[in-house]
Amino acid sequence: MTLLEFSRGPMLHAALVIFVFGVLWRLTTVLLLGWRKHYSEARNPTARAVTGGLIAVGNRSWPHPEFIGRTAFGEAVGYGYHIGLFAIVLLGAPHVVFWKNLFGINASWWYTLPSGIISVISIVTIFLMLIATIRRMRHPPLRRISNFDDWFSLVILYVLMISGVMAVFGIGGRYEIILAIHIISFNALLIWFPFSKLMHAFYIFPSRFINGYMHEKKGAAS
Amino acid sequence: MTTATQTFSGNAAQLAPSEREEQAMASFAQQFGALAALNLESCIHCGMCADACHFYIATEDPKYTPILKAEPFKQAYRRESGAFAPFFKLFGLKKKVTADQLEDWQELLFDSCTQCGRCSLICPMGIEVADLIEAGRRGMAEAGLAPRELMDRARHQAETGAPEAPSRPYVEILADIGRDHGIEIPIDKPKADILVLAPRSDLEQSPAAVAAMIKVLSALKANYSFRSDALVAENYGYYAASRGLQRKITRRVVDAAKKLGASLVLVPECGHAYTALRWQAAEIIGEPLPFKVRHITEYLAGQLADGKLKLGQVDGSSYTFHDPCQLVRKGGVMDAPRALMDAMGVNLKELENKKGFSFCCGGGGGVNDIERARPLRYRAQEMKLREIDATGAEHFMTSCSDCRIAFNDAAEHFNWNKRPESLVELVAANIKE
Repeated sequence: MTLLEFSRGPMLHAALVIFVFGVLWRLTTVLLLGWRKHYSEARNPTARAVTGGLIAVGNRSWPHPEFIGRTAFGEAVGYGYHIGLFAIVLLGAPHVVFWKNLFGINASWWYTLPSGIISVISIVTIFLMLIATIRRMRHPPLRRISNFDDWFSLVILYVLMISGVMAVFGIGGRYEIILAIHIISFNALLIWFPFSKLMHAFYIFPSRFINGYMHEKKGAAS
Repeated sequence: MTTATQTFSGNAAQLAPSEREEQAMASFAQQFGALAALNLESCIHCGMCADACHFYIATEDPKYTPILKAEPFKQAYRRESGAFAPFFKLFGLKKKVTADQLEDWQELLFDSCTQCGRCSLICPMGIEVADLIEAGRRGMAEAGLAPRELMDRARHQAETGAPEAPSRPYVEILADIGRDHGIEIPIDKPKADILVLAPRSDLEQSPAAVAAMIKVLSALKANYSFRSDALVAENYGYYAASRGLQRKITRRVVDAAKKLGASLVLVPECGHAYTALRWQAAEIIGEPLPFKVRHITEYLAGQLADGKLKLGQVDGSSYTFHDPCQLVRKGGVMDAPRALMDAMGVNLKELENKKGFSFCCGGGGGVNDIERARPLRYRAQEMKLREIDATGAEHFMTSCSDCRIAFNDAAEHFNWNKRPESLVELVAANIKE
């Protein structure tokens, strides 16, 4: 078995299993801790609180005007590379083929972007990741609260992104080896995901919703 | 309350390090629920909460990053209760929270957090950062590491009803306020619809604010009474983060309201008293309250809307208004102050950061009482005073006695040309009988 066969065969399957069960475990362990009953007289009825929760899911995607002056740069960079990653993963032709094969679907409607555009997006995304990394190293609060989770997640992401670009442009060695490194780094990302802060992809909406709901119950700012 | 004589800052109880660790862990564990877990798990370490915190903005010291203040609680969760806790424990990947670490965090959790909750509004993940910090404070209190100023007063209040031995009993002070202002103050009536509390700080330092509240209640012909066994509005158990003492102090008010047969407990101009009674009392005693809790401005705005409260117009002087965090941002008393000001035709010049986004007065969460915190508090307050000055308003008003104390102290320190005024006093002065 070649390295490439291993990366997209048994390693990928093992990584997917770890990813799925790990994510489910992380979510389940939170729920198992149980929700406390609240006894305070609510200011607003439940229906309004639910609406407040749903609004919070949306409006926390954009900073409140009171904060934007201090957070705009960090948010722009963060959004920039997240959008780039999503575009590459969901609209890059080789990745779409991968997803179709993985899920065994035809999905002829699945739109892909031309490879040239994906290449540009990839380079811009790496550049934005670099800015985010430098910011994490230099911005005092960010530097102070960063831990292994942050740095290791970034390392995996860099290897994944850079090996992908190298594979597309045919640089850095044999295509099969570079592609294998790219797939191995993707597998590593899947394995690392449930153990790391990457779980925010699953926590973000319940977290926003529940706190928005709780605030609206009290009529508090959200 | 800031007093010139207090000079102590230290630990509330002398415990062995291992005892501190055990007590803190037991408290943390009690608070590991799904909501806390979701808040802890969701953090992406973006550091944005620092950009909402007045202590970080004023000092640019990264140790004041709000989520960092919750670190002992977070660390305990990951080691003891998180999804991979056994794994972390087995391989020593998450260290035990140590007594030394807890001591290091005392300043971060108490001196440099007013529990204002502004950090919770900036978080892109929607994390309730302030609740995590509060959970950290609860653990510190059980470990005997709440500042002594707060814990001593909480103990005293739980035992006697007053946070400190007053120069004279509060009922006497209250009776004097009535005599001085020519109003009859009902104390210990056998039955009444409303139990009214008073800020201890106003009883001692701003009797006019207490008199104003009584004047409006009398004008409204409310059936109310103070109770000598539950007179003080503040709950030092909440400041000190002690669940046990907070519960005892809460119980005192709940029992007094029951004895009086009150259907409403009226919280005076005090933000933390409002949080402690409106949003935490039922949770801490574990059952719904047998009465409603309203802030005085909420109550007055309700009376205004019902047409029972008639207000005259103030002169054309300009005012700005500070929204107390516990009332507005965290408490939801969002519209009442402005409804009252509108009714009086107040020429309001809003602060740049207002309503839910207001910067804290700097003295909340017990910080007013922590002598050691004073220099740091002034740095945060300086920023707030500049914001007030930028409105160009002639008067500066708020609806919280704790905020007034903080601003009065800052005004003296900075030789500032304004003094905080009471919204209820303005209402009382403009009632149409």
